[in-house]
Amino acid sequence: MAIKDITLGQYYPGDSVIHRLDPRTKLIGTVLFLVSLFVVKSFTGFLFCAICLGILVKLSGVPFKFMARGLKAVMFLIVFTAVINLFMTPGTPIWQFGILKIAREGIYRAVFMAIRLVMLIFGSSLLTLTTKPVAMTDGMERLFRPLAKLGLPSHELAMMMTIALRFIPTLLDETDKIMKAQTARGADFESGNLRERAKGLIPLLVPLFVSAFRIAADLAMAMEARCYRGGDGRTRMNGMAFTRLDRIAAVLIVLYFAAVIAIGRLPLF
Amino acid sequence: MSKETVIQLKDVGFSYYTENEDGSLNTDTDVTMKHSEKRMALDGVTLDIERGSFVAVVGSNGSGKSTLAKHLNALLLPVSGEVLVCGMSTADPENTWEIRRRCGMVFQNPDNQLVSSVVEDDVAFGPENLGVEPSEIRRRVDESLKAVGMYEFRKKGPHLLSGGQKQRVAIAGVLAMQPECIVFDEPTAMLDPSGRAEILKIIRGLHGQGKTVVLITHFMEEAAQADRIIVMDQGRPILDESPDKLFAHAEKLHSLNLQMPFGASMANKLAARGVALPEGIITSERLAECLCG
Repeated sequence: MAIKDITLGQYYPGDSVIHRLDPRTKLIGTVLFLVSLFVVKSFTGFLFCAICLGILVKLSGVPFKFMARGLKAVMFLIVFTAVINLFMTPGTPIWQFGILKIAREGIYRAVFMAIRLVMLIFGSSLLTLTTKPVAMTDGMERLFRPLAKLGLPSHELAMMMTIALRFIPTLLDETDKIMKAQTARGADFESGNLRERAKGLIPLLVPLFVSAFRIAADLAMAMEARCYRGGDGRTRMNGMAFTRLDRIAAVLIVLYFAAVIAIGRLPLF
Repeated sequence: MSKETVIQLKDVGFSYYTENEDGSLNTDTDVTMKHSEKRMALDGVTLDIERGSFVAVVGSNGSGKSTLAKHLNALLLPVSGEVLVCGMSTADPENTWEIRRRCGMVFQNPDNQLVSSVVEDDVAFGPENLGVEPSEIRRRVDESLKAVGMYEFRKKGPHLLSGGQKQRVAIAGVLAMQPECIVFDEPTAMLDPSGRAEILKIIRGLHGQGKTVVLITHFMEEAAQADRIIVMDQGRPILDESPDKLFAHAEKLHSLNLQMPFGASMANKLAARGVALPEGIITSERLAECLCG
């Protein structure tokens, strides 16, 4: 079933150093890396970030091609941002045609923003490629737990994400089934203009919602039958523990961030 | 020797409909069963289930068998009467979690009762909720998965398993809570014949290990494997016999749209034609033995 192939995120199975890091370390590291991209003000800075990222990708064992696939989806955004920056930045004009003009500063900014976006995508895909979705939700739950005192329902959010991940394939199957059933009754999902197609989705979406609610009711009952009563007093089979690897990673992350700030202070191009 | 009672129902009544103060009907929305009129889903059920027994509950659609099952672990609370599980009343909220631990439940739809996208995490869900020590959870998960023959699949996602395999994982999830009694609510209704046979074999195995088993089903062949069959109709148990005696009530079962196992129905027909056969034939194998032997 082709519809099934697109499921469950984009985890790339492996047992590299990066894969073995605690999800919390990776989450914090990724956030800091993304922040660092906004701290950087020069191409030299980007070069440094890119080298570090390159080493991490190499360590993770994820093929570069696999990573680049993530770019495809946002290619339009990158090109669009670059074009806007190219034409809209005021400065010394070097080319002019009617109201369109390109300034030296525009070229600089367009390239700058494009690099920043590409690195943002690469940095965050490294996280999703090397961390199982389940581990990621567990990591987030643990990271946000201190915020429970401020009223953030970290356990509930993590449970919702776990269940969502679990039921993506089930709901895709259900969609497939309903689509076939409706096609057999003469529903048309493929032809017509955008408006007609959108309208054609109604006989798919209504039963899908009904069945999603039925599944939710069933699941809630099954969870209650297995003594689920929220996060209080719950233990976990796979407790998370920071290892030596995580301590090394933490030191490196701090060093990296310090280096980025230091480079930002230097008068570089 | 009197056997110990695990579950006791005393004159239990239940209705999915409650009346509002103005007298209009208020329907309970999370019930998919359709009732054309206001009536009791359970109407004065009194039962004792003994420790270590294998009880099958059969009945046609809307007979109240699933409603009965949901009373056994406090998913539904009786409107009148009382349900006691290991001596604890389900009506007392203090007992709810202990009752659910002791009396596990496996549901009909294999897809809609698994919580996690990894098999072993799903099996761990119950003990995690009970606050069991992580090392002990690990031990129980491995043990339960081995008991249902799904240990090799522990790292797989449920969506990659067949219906029968998912149902086995669901059983492992209940076993990991170490219950005394397991209620199966039509566990084979959505499975193919081979999946059905797999699950039934596991259920028989659990009974053999001393667990109390309550099997809700509408397959008479499955019910015939129990020590005791309770036939439900319109919210009441109308027959409560051992299988070999039950199938003598052929006409009554027929009037309830319950199909007898082939062996039993054939034996009855032959006996009616004057063939000399011993009483209590259920399976085709036994019938063949009696006819040829």
